[in-house]
This record gives sequence, C-alpha cells and structure tokens, in this order.
Amino acid sequence: MKRFYDAVIIGAGPAGLAAALSLKRNGIEKILLVEREGYCGGVLTQCIHNGFGLHKFRKELTGPEYAERYIELVEKERIEILKKTIALDIIPLEEGLTLYLLSEEHGLPEVSARAVILAMGCRERNRGNLNIPGTRPEGIMTAGLAQKLVNIEGYMPGKEIVILGSGDIGLIMARRLTWEGARVKCVVELQPYPGGLMRNVVQCLNDFNIPLYLSHTVTRIMGNRRIEAVEISPTDETAGPKERGRFIESCDTLLLSVGLVPENELSLKAGVMLDPVTGGPVVDSNLMTSVPGIFACGNVLHVHDLVDYVSDEAERCGEKAALYIMGRLKKKREIPVRTGNMVRYVLPSRIDIAEPVHLSLRPIAPEENTHLLLKANGSVIYKKKYRKIMPGSMIRFEAKNIPEETESLEITFEGKTG
Amino acid sequence: MGETFDVAIIGAGVVGGAIARELSRYKITVALIEKEVDVSFGTSKANSGIIHAGFHSPPGSLKARLAVRGNRAFDLLAEELGFPFERRGELTVAFNDEEAEILRRLYYQGKQNKVQYMELIGKERAFQMEPNLNPDILQALYAPTAGIIGPYEYCFALVENAVENGVELILGEKVKEINPAKSARFYGEGFKIKTEKGLSINSRFIINAAGLYADEIASLVGLNDFRIFPRKGEEYLLDRRVGNLVHRVIFPVPTVKSKGMLVIPTVDGPVMVGPTADDVESKEDYGTTREGLKRVFEHAQKMIPGIRNKDVITSFAGLRPVATGNDFIIGTTKVKHFINAAGIQSPGLTASPAIAEMIRDILLHEGLKLEVKRDFNPIRKPIPRIRRLVEERDFRPVRELVRENPLYSRIVCRCENVTEAEVVDAIRRGHTTMDGIKFASRARTGRCQGGFCTARIIKILQRETGLPLEKITKKGPGSELVRGRLPKGVTV
Ligand SMILES: Cc1cc2nc3c(=O)[nH]c(=O)nc-3n(C[C@H](O)[C@H](O)[C@H](O)COP(=O)(O)OP(=O)(O)OC[C@H]3O[C@@H](n4cnc5c(N)ncnc54)[C@H](O)[C@@H]3O)c2cc1C
Ligand SMILES: Cc1cc2nc3c(=O)[nH]c(=O)nc-3n(C[C@H](O)[C@H](O)[C@H](O)COP(=O)(O)OP(=O)(O)OC[C@H]3O[C@@H](n4cnc5c(N)ncnc54)[C@H](O)[C@@H]3O)c2cc1C
Repeated sequence: MKRFYDAVIIGAGPAGLAAALSLKRNGIEKILLVEREGYCGGVLTQCIHNGFGLHKFRKELTGPEYAERYIELVEKERIEILKKTIALDIIPLEEGLTLYLLSEEHGLPEVSARAVILAMGCRERNRGNLNIPGTRPEGIMTAGLAQKLVNIEGYMPGKEIVILGSGDIGLIMARRLTWEGARVKCVVELQPYPGGLMRNVVQCLNDFNIPLYLSHTVTRIMGNRRIEAVEISPTDETAGPKERGRFIESCDTLLLSVGLVPENELSLKAGVMLDPVTGGPVVDSNLMTSVPGIFACGNVLHVHDLVDYVSDEAERCGEKAALYIMGRLKKKREIPVRTGNMVRYVLPSRIDIAEPVHLSLRPIAPEENTHLLLKANGSVIYKKKYRKIMPGSMIRFEAKNIPEETESLEITFEGKTG
Repeated sequence: MGETFDVAIIGAGVVGGAIARELSRYKITVALIEKEVDVSFGTSKANSGIIHAGFHSPPGSLKARLAVRGNRAFDLLAEELGFPFERRGELTVAFNDEEAEILRRLYYQGKQNKVQYMELIGKERAFQMEPNLNPDILQALYAPTAGIIGPYEYCFALVENAVENGVELILGEKVKEINPAKSARFYGEGFKIKTEKGLSINSRFIINAAGLYADEIASLVGLNDFRIFPRKGEEYLLDRRVGNLVHRVIFPVPTVKSKGMLVIPTVDGPVMVGPTADDVESKEDYGTTREGLKRVFEHAQKMIPGIRNKDVITSFAGLRPVATGNDFIIGTTKVKHFINAAGIQSPGLTASPAIAEMIRDILLHEGLKLEVKRDFNPIRKPIPRIRRLVEERDFRPVRELVRENPLYSRIVCRCENVTEAEVVDAIRRGHTTMDGIKFASRARTGRCQGGFCTARIIKILQRETGLPLEKITKKGPGSELVRGRLPKGVTV
C-alpha cells in the first residue's frame, strides 16, 4: 500500500472493477481498488441465476461468472486491491483528495488521490421506509437478504411467502423459492404495472402460476413472534389504500422487493450533491460529481437493471477520470438537459456540448408505441420509436451532433403512433 | 434449584432490574426470573426514554413522589453503570391562554412535587433554546432536570451489574404457579415458584415486577384486588439525516390520559415522535396503525413544523401497564412476604431507582436482614463506541481502538457505524438474539434497518455461540430467522 495514488476506486463490484480496468487501459498506473468485503464482484456474487452478460459478452452468464471475467482482467493488469477495507471518509482538498480507510491489516490509514471513483452500489429499501402498520415479528426481510440466505448459506427463509414489490430481485426469488419447495402465495405491487423486467414477470411468475396483484399493497402485518399473515388492500393512485377488496393472506415470510437506494453516506460526507430523484450524485457529462475529482458510476449513481449497462458506464467513467488525472478533460460549454413528458429522470442532467454524450433515462409509467424525442432549443434533433417503454427498463442512447448554439436540451416522449 | 433464595423477583424490566441491582448490595440471595430469553424485552424496551422532571403526576401520588426521587438518582447511576444519559430538559409549550393556564397549574403542581429549577418562560427564550419551534407558541414551561437515556442499555446495565454482584438471573422461564414451600403451611413461610418448563425455585420473599402481567402473577397467590390494563403507545423514529431538530424534549400541554405526543431527542442522535395513548384489549397488541401515525405527526408538526413522516425509518408500539386506580401499586399484600411493584406505567422508567429503594425499605421493614456486602462493585464498564468519533472525524482514538482490538476495524452496521468489536461485546454480555444484539450494540437500528448487517451479525453470532442458523431468533423461540435448510439435492 502506498500513500499517494492517482486514482482510488471505492467498491469492487462490477462498476469498480470495470472502472479500474478502464483507468489502467487509459494510461493510469497508480490505482487502488478498495473493497469492504473479502471478495470482489459486489452483489453479483449472490446472483447465481442466468441472464448476465447478454449485451456485453453476447452470452448468458451467471452473476459470479460475469464478475469472474472482470476479476481476472483486473488481476492480470496487476491493479492493487485492498479487500476487507472500508472507505470511511473522503475529504476534498485544494489539490486532490484525502481518504480514510479502515482495515484489519492496515488499521486506519490515510491516502491521497488525484481522483476518486465512487462505486459503492446500492442497498435495498426496507420496511421502515414504507411505514407498513402492524406488528414487528421475524420473517420480514428484503429479497436480497433472502437471496443471500438461500444462495450462499443454503437456508430456507420460509415456507409460505408473500412478496411485496415486483422488482427484479423479488421476481427472481419467487422462482427460486418455488423451486426449493416453498409456496409463493402472491406478489403484491403498488403500481398498476410491474417494477421489474417483463422477461422476469413471465419466467418467474407466469410460468409458475404465481398471482401478481397490481395496484395493491400490504396494509398490515400480523403476528408477534413470526409473521402470521398480511392484510392486502387495493390502492387508488390518489386516495391510497381502499377497504373494498381488502383481504388477508396467511404467510410465514414477507419478502420486500420495493426498490433500491444508492448508497451515498460517504458521498454526502465528502460534500457531493445528490439528485433527489435518482438518490445518486448529480454528475456532468464526464460523470464527475459536484466535487472536482470525485466521479461516480454504477448503482451508486443511479439504479441499473442490467449489469452490462453498469460495466459500460463504469468504463466511460474510468476513461474520463483518466483524462482528468492527466489534465486533458475537455470542457467547452455546459448546458442543462431537461426532462419532458413521461421522463422520470435523465442522467447526466447537465452536459458539455464538446463531445457526444451517453444519456440514460427512465420513463415515469409504461407506454406503448411512443417516440423518444431529443430537442435542442425546442426543435427535434433525434427521434426513436419504442414499441414499449417500462419504468423497470432503463433506456440509453447517445446524443451527438448537438448544434453549437444550443442553450438547453429536452428529453421527452411523444406522438402515439399505435 | 435446591437452595432457597431470600428474594425472588419476577420480571426483568427496569423495575425488576433496578430492584435486583439495589438488593445485590446486601448479603442476601436473590433470583431474578424472566419469561423472555433476554431482559428488557417487555415495556422497558419500547418507551420514550425520558427521565421526566416529575411535574406531570398529581401531588401525593406514588408516581409523583417516586419520579422526582428517581430522577435525582440518574447522574450517579449513569456514571457507575455506563449507560447513556443526558440532562437535556423538557419544554412544555402552550399555544393559547387556556393552555397557558394549564402550564401555570403544571408549574405549581411541580412545585408541590418538589421538582427543582422549573421556570415559566416567554416565547423569546423558548426560541433561543429551540429555534425549530412553531412561531405561534405563547409560553413554555422549562424543566431543566429532565433527561434522556437509552432505556434498554439502562436495563441491561442494571441486570449485568446485579449479576456481577451475585444475583442469579433465570431467563426464558415463565412463572406459572406459586405454592407454599414444601415444609410451609402458608405462603409466608416460604414460596415454591414453578415455571412453565417445570423449573422450581424456592424463596422467602416474592417481588412481583411482572409489568403487564403483574395482575396474573398476583392471582397465582390468590390476590385479585387489581387488574392491569394495557395502554398502547406508538412511537416513530426519524432518519439521522433530519438532524437535531430539537435539543430538549418538547411537550404539548397534557391531557387526562397522557402527557401528549412529544418530540423527543434520543441519546443516539435521531429524533423520535410519539407516543399515542390508547387503551387496548390485548396485552399482546403491539401493532402500529395508520391512524396512530397520522395523529402523532399532526401533534408533532404543530410543535415542530419541520417534522415530516417521510423521514420515518422505523416505528414500534409499547404497552403501559396501567393498574386499577391509575397509580403505581407498590407494597405488601394480604399474602405475607408477597410484595407488589405493579402497575408501573409512565413515569416508571424515571421512578425505577426510587421504586427499588422503596422495595428495599419494605423488605427491611418485613424483617429481612440487609447487611451491606463489603465487596459490592457498583461499576460496570461499557465498551467504547466509534460512531461519534467517525462522524466527527476524530480518527486518532479510533486508530488506538483498532490497534488494541482489530475487531474495531470491521464495520458491521454501516448506518450507525457499529463495529464487530461492539457486536461481539454484546454477545459476550449475554445478548444472543437479534433484538438483544440490536439493543445492546445499536446495530440494525439505522436507516437500512438491518438490510446490510443482518447476514453479518448472523455469522458473528454463529461463530461466537456455535448456534446453528435455524436456532437463531429475533427475540426467542417462535421467532426463528429461517425455516430450516434447503432440501438436499436441489440445484438451480
Ligand atoms: C440483491 C440484488 C440482486 C440483483 N440481481 C440482478 C440480476 O439478477 N440481474 C442483473 O442484471 N442485475 C441484478 N442486480 C443489479 C446488479 O447486480 C447491479 O446492477 C450491479 O451489481 C451494480 O454494480 P455496482 O458495482 O454498482 O454495485 P455492487 O455490485 O453493489 O458493488 C458495490 C461494491 O462496493 C462495496 N462498497 C460499498 N461501500 C463501500 C465502502 N465504503 N468501502 C469499500 N467498499 C464499499 C460493496 O461491498 C460492493 O462490493 C441486482 C442487484 C441487487 C442489489
Ligand atoms: C410508549 C411508552 C412510552 C413510555 N415512556 C416513558 C418515559 O419516557 N419515561 C418513563 O419514565 N416511563 C415511560 N414509560 C413507562 C415505562 O416504560 C414503564 O413504566 C417501565 O418500562 C415498566 O417497567 P416494568 O419493569 O414494570 O415492566 P416490563 O418492562 O414490562 O417488565 C416486566 C417483565 O416481566 C416479565 N414477565 C411477565 N410475566 C412473567 C411471568 N409469568 N414469568 C416471568 N416473567 C414474566 C415480562 O416478560 C417483562 O420482561 C413509557 C411506556 C410506554 C409504553
């Protein structure tokens, strides 16, 4: 371990790994990758199902297999990795950044870096954030924890299961637990559409006849020691839960798959500005946060549905951070990117017109046969047709040839053609 | 259990715990019997954690007398036992003339109860003290002697110190029968206590500190002169990120049933709001309600407009054991040597040290010889925590801790910065359920509510105790975390 680095990357999940590789390939030598766990790969290590790498490797890999490909490359490049080390604090200085790390091997060392890449991933939203009334028994857990218990530890969280929220992890776990002999009674989703990918709804619920109650939510938890039942109510977008149609479903486990929150405790300490919609840092077209020298990519920036996209984003982030370290980051003129009709967020929300830029966005609600429009000063400069858009599926595209005189860009969905 | 204890205390909440610790000063044998697998799992774990000044209860009541006396005991107790306690003060705010009149009455009531240093203050002073108050307030009653504590840390510390000084702690044994001892013709010559699992414990005196179930324990010796009614209180804990909205406990003017819904700073930092006060049917009704949430926030927002319910990270409900007559029931009974410490509703936490002294005096009066142990050790050392140091970027002492104990380098709970050293300490002090570890170490109390650290704590607990995963519970039998191993041979 050294005292000075060009770049320190926090988190060795798919984002951190890809960012490290890209830094190296773009000419940066003194790189440190810091990982809290005793292993690299992040959340992927517990995702033993298929479906990773379709975009990146044109092949269906499991989570660990996908991670392994990157870990090998990082090791081959001899990038320094500190495992079992947590980044406690980042302090921006006039010149560069100081980091405080905590590890058994090294104690509490202080290191300096010219650039830091945040790649801490995200965490699952839990019961407290939902304010579900009722008792506080055992048997309520996030789908990710259940995934860990089943896949890594080899235990059954329960036998009769209700899943709240139709995020991808919940859907995957519905299938996994059914395979293991549990009875998944239903999946309950507040929105009128599923939260996860359509392919997961089909493969994980429909194929097993597991009912999906859309526009429903859990309104009460019952049982004092172990959960015994939940009350499920239909909901109304404006009025909230309704009494009519309310029913009780007995269960011994309630899995929560109610969304992910980027893990930005550390970013906040460093003074990084967060976007209230994504929960991640506000970044520019170089994926640099509001603190000069601090970059962000992967789930800590905004929640991705596919790891392939995480890797792409992290590679770009590494490339930009390398340019920054070498003092060659291009800057011309920044303009805001606004969200229009049906767009929940677009990232980055400010871009530099110097170069083409990758934009990621999510729609507010599902829609069929619609057009995505990119407008510069009000006139359309890019248009693409979508058969179906879903909040659960992120949309990416490259914005290029932005006219010199553009003051602001707008992303919007328009024009039903169906 | 062959020997005959001098005193058996039934119930290890703050009341039973305080009595046990007080009695452990003397050369007598004491058993503390608790039905749950850990102490403080009853009402003592789910309350507001306020050491009240003592002006709320009517003069002459046990509640008033013991709260004021109990309050004064906390500086020494906290120093000896190393639990968090801060004298922050209470501010009761009035919005109109009618309420201001009630404030004045409370002030005089406090004077009668011998509460010290109270002041009626004007709007300006109140604002200086609490800048986030609603600007529409008229007047406030300031009681600087009030404090806040970690209620379960307090209870754990009491019991730990009592055990250190010789008290026998019997956990997971529910008392279900009380008979005269074998050789005895009537109760007064000794009791034989039987538990549900068949354990029998002999003792000369019984102290009934069974909280919500004190009426049922009394009826085991044929006493049916009081009943305990559960009164529910819902509490909501806010995210640490909200910051220090208040420094002192903020009260509205009280109603007949309760002190009203409050805004409470906690010793751990985050703000809590609550509690409601609703009579319920069942002693097991620990559910929070949509309606309760709404009420709590309406009241809290009236006092501190910056409070929002979207910042809630967790909630819970506690049940106050309210006895017939609405006061504490403490004293001897028609059954010789069977002594009640029952109906200890709010301010029971505050009063607990004084209740313990009162019980000691009763025992003395009833003829139990109390000779002071020379080797009584009043000190319990808590483990140092790193949370505040890390928050304040005071890294040097953290480095020291890590050097001494490398387990300090492993952060288990990232929301509250709890390390493996602290979790292991909790386990070694006897807390082997997920809730016990949570109360003792603060892990799992932050905004992610265990999403991250549960799996880690399970690992540590297994390593330290050798328990298989299927035996690990949230709060004792019936609350197992998993339901067995995966069926063999099934793969993906
Ligand atoms: C439970 C779960 C299941 C998923 N299932 C799928 C799926 O089936 N298919 C799919 O395509 N995608 C899935 N995803 C999404 C996919 O795994 C993520 O998109 C991807 O893992 C994100 O990569 P990341 O590197 O941003 O974050 P992560 O994989 O979360 O990695 C972050 C890393 O940072 C480390 N870290 C965090 N804070 C610190 C710190 N302060 N100091 C040091 N290290 C730190 C963590 O230990 C972790 O290793 C899932 C996500 C979750 C949460
Ligand atoms: C919402 C709420 C807020 C409150 N806020 C405050 C406050 O801010 N300040 C304050 O001073 N007071 C407060 N109180 C009151 C305070 O919490 C109680 O007065 C105090 O905790 C009572 O302690 P206890 O030991 O009598 O009861 P408990 O803690 O309930 O202990 C009784 C024990 O007896 C055990 N037991 C029962 N039956 C048996 C049996 N058959 N065999 C063996 N063991 C048995 C139980 O398991 C339990 O552990 C509040 C109460 C509530 C509900």
